[in-house]
Amino acid sequence: MTGDPLYLDGVDLTDLGIMLIKVLVAFTFLLVATMFMVWFERKLISDMQNRIGPNVAGPWGLLQTFADGVKFFFKEDLRPENADPLIFRLAPYISAVTAFLSFAVVPIGGSFGGGDSGTVTIFGRETFLQVADPPIGILLLLAMSSIAVYGVMLAGWASGSKYPLIGSVRASAQAISYEAALGMATVVVVVLAGTLSTHGIVAAQSGGITRWFLISSGIVPFVVFLIAATAELNRPPFDLVEAEQELVGGFHTEYSSIRFALFFLAEFMNVITMSAIMVTLFFGGPAGPILFGMTWFWPTVWFLLKVLAFLFVFVWFRATLPRLRYDQLMHLGWKLLIPLILFWLMFISLKELRAAYDWNWLVTYGSAILALAVGTALLLAALRAGDRVYREELEDA
Amino acid sequence: MVDALVFFIAAAVCLTGALGVILARNPVHSALMLVMTLFGIAVQFVAQEAHFLAAVQVIVYAGAIVVLFLFVIMLLGVDRAQDLELSILPGQRWAALVFGAGSLMVLGALIVVVGEPVTGAKSVGGSASTAENVRLLARSLFSDHVYAFELTSLLLVIAVIGAVVLARKPSQSELPLVEERGEN
Repeated sequence: MTGDPLYLDGVDLTDLGIMLIKVLVAFTFLLVATMFMVWFERKLISDMQNRIGPNVAGPWGLLQTFADGVKFFFKEDLRPENADPLIFRLAPYISAVTAFLSFAVVPIGGSFGGGDSGTVTIFGRETFLQVADPPIGILLLLAMSSIAVYGVMLAGWASGSKYPLIGSVRASAQAISYEAALGMATVVVVVLAGTLSTHGIVAAQSGGITRWFLISSGIVPFVVFLIAATAELNRPPFDLVEAEQELVGGFHTEYSSIRFALFFLAEFMNVITMSAIMVTLFFGGPAGPILFGMTWFWPTVWFLLKVLAFLFVFVWFRATLPRLRYDQLMHLGWKLLIPLILFWLMFISLKELRAAYDWNWLVTYGSAILALAVGTALLLAALRAGDRVYREELEDA
Repeated sequence: MVDALVFFIAAAVCLTGALGVILARNPVHSALMLVMTLFGIAVQFVAQEAHFLAAVQVIVYAGAIVVLFLFVIMLLGVDRAQDLELSILPGQRWAALVFGAGSLMVLGALIVVVGEPVTGAKSVGGSASTAENVRLLARSLFSDHVYAFELTSLLLVIAVIGAVVLARKPSQSELPLVEERGEN
């Protein structure tokens, strides 16, 4: 079973209509969700800090984001004199478009497991509840998150002023550092699922909580993914890119009006998408009990609840954790997360291989540990020898 | 029909990007034009049903390598259009012209002499079903081309170690800097 059954027998007008509806629904959902996410974050942080938060526009201040959006539209759009005109305009769109595109591969519903393969029938056609299910699935997400760096980076550079430039240099270094850990945590899941397609990954987790990759991959990849994702999103405690106390506003200091709104939108959309991706990779996507009637309805509810839990976690991070120093950021990324997830990836792959070829477990793990010990010993010896040679050279000098 | 259309549009994007890389005055613009070329090539890969290669193209080249280029350009602050006349080697332009025209002629002659398939290399697995992409690529890399693959990885490790050795500083801050000890 590969790809959406919608396209198996050619594409006609009904298929095209379904496709358009799916795109529209995903687009609207993401926009509305972003609006409420901003409200949710402000309200929640207010609660955690003993404040009231937005409470004027609409009931419980629900329409605050909407009011802010309208205000952004009517503000003057400024462009600094030193700015690079074309790239200054381009950057916000790169951020916003990549944020929209990554959501396309997330399955937001459909019942998996049992006899069901996660399809839903619309207008008499069977289809997946996701905008697209490309064979590279999860790689599209990684590609989009690596392209999203350009938005931040170019915005900072094109502004033609100091603080944004520092912000964007920080952004690029941070994104490259954490993308490796993020990618490898994803690879662990791909190894377990045996497929890159997001639909396939969800299908591989069907049949009870113990089948979720959170548990069968041993929690480590999830923790690494969560930390790396927070860093990729430039969310606190990894928000060095826009650290207000040091960089005014970071990469978007010089932006105003609708262009700033686009960055703002992209940032919150990315938070929602990342949460959705984590649910897809580690929490079985839309998996959950179907309580009564309407088989197609409950999976979407479970999916939304899980995503909401992650949104809460991200806000919680922001309210409680102090920002990392730059060297601490690099230390955590390169010296802790990457070696850890690399080791875990090797371990999981070995485990899967052993199971697949039915190797003797004593020989398999014995030789693995031996190889690890020899490798570590060689590395330590090389480090020590390097230090000694260096010291001798210094004494000679 | 659609295939040809996709090919020509993607090819036009690639060539425009490639021209942009060498014609743009600003290094950052050049780097962005390079990204445009890479995207064009990714589209060509998708058109050949090599979805995995397309994704890797975007993730590795556009997402990591060009970002590093930009990082260095921004860090060194060479993003102003510099006076190219000052930093040129003697005779460099003529040499570039001669070698450029030479390689173009060799390439053209090859196409004319060899005829249709320029390299003659066959695709890894024929027209692969999309799901088999990764599997076929892995099998080819780790069986037929395993020596080339391992040698390349060795080369990269050597490059990394070389970079670390060159950039390494003494562990105590009071020790003299690298430049000073090179004098002896």
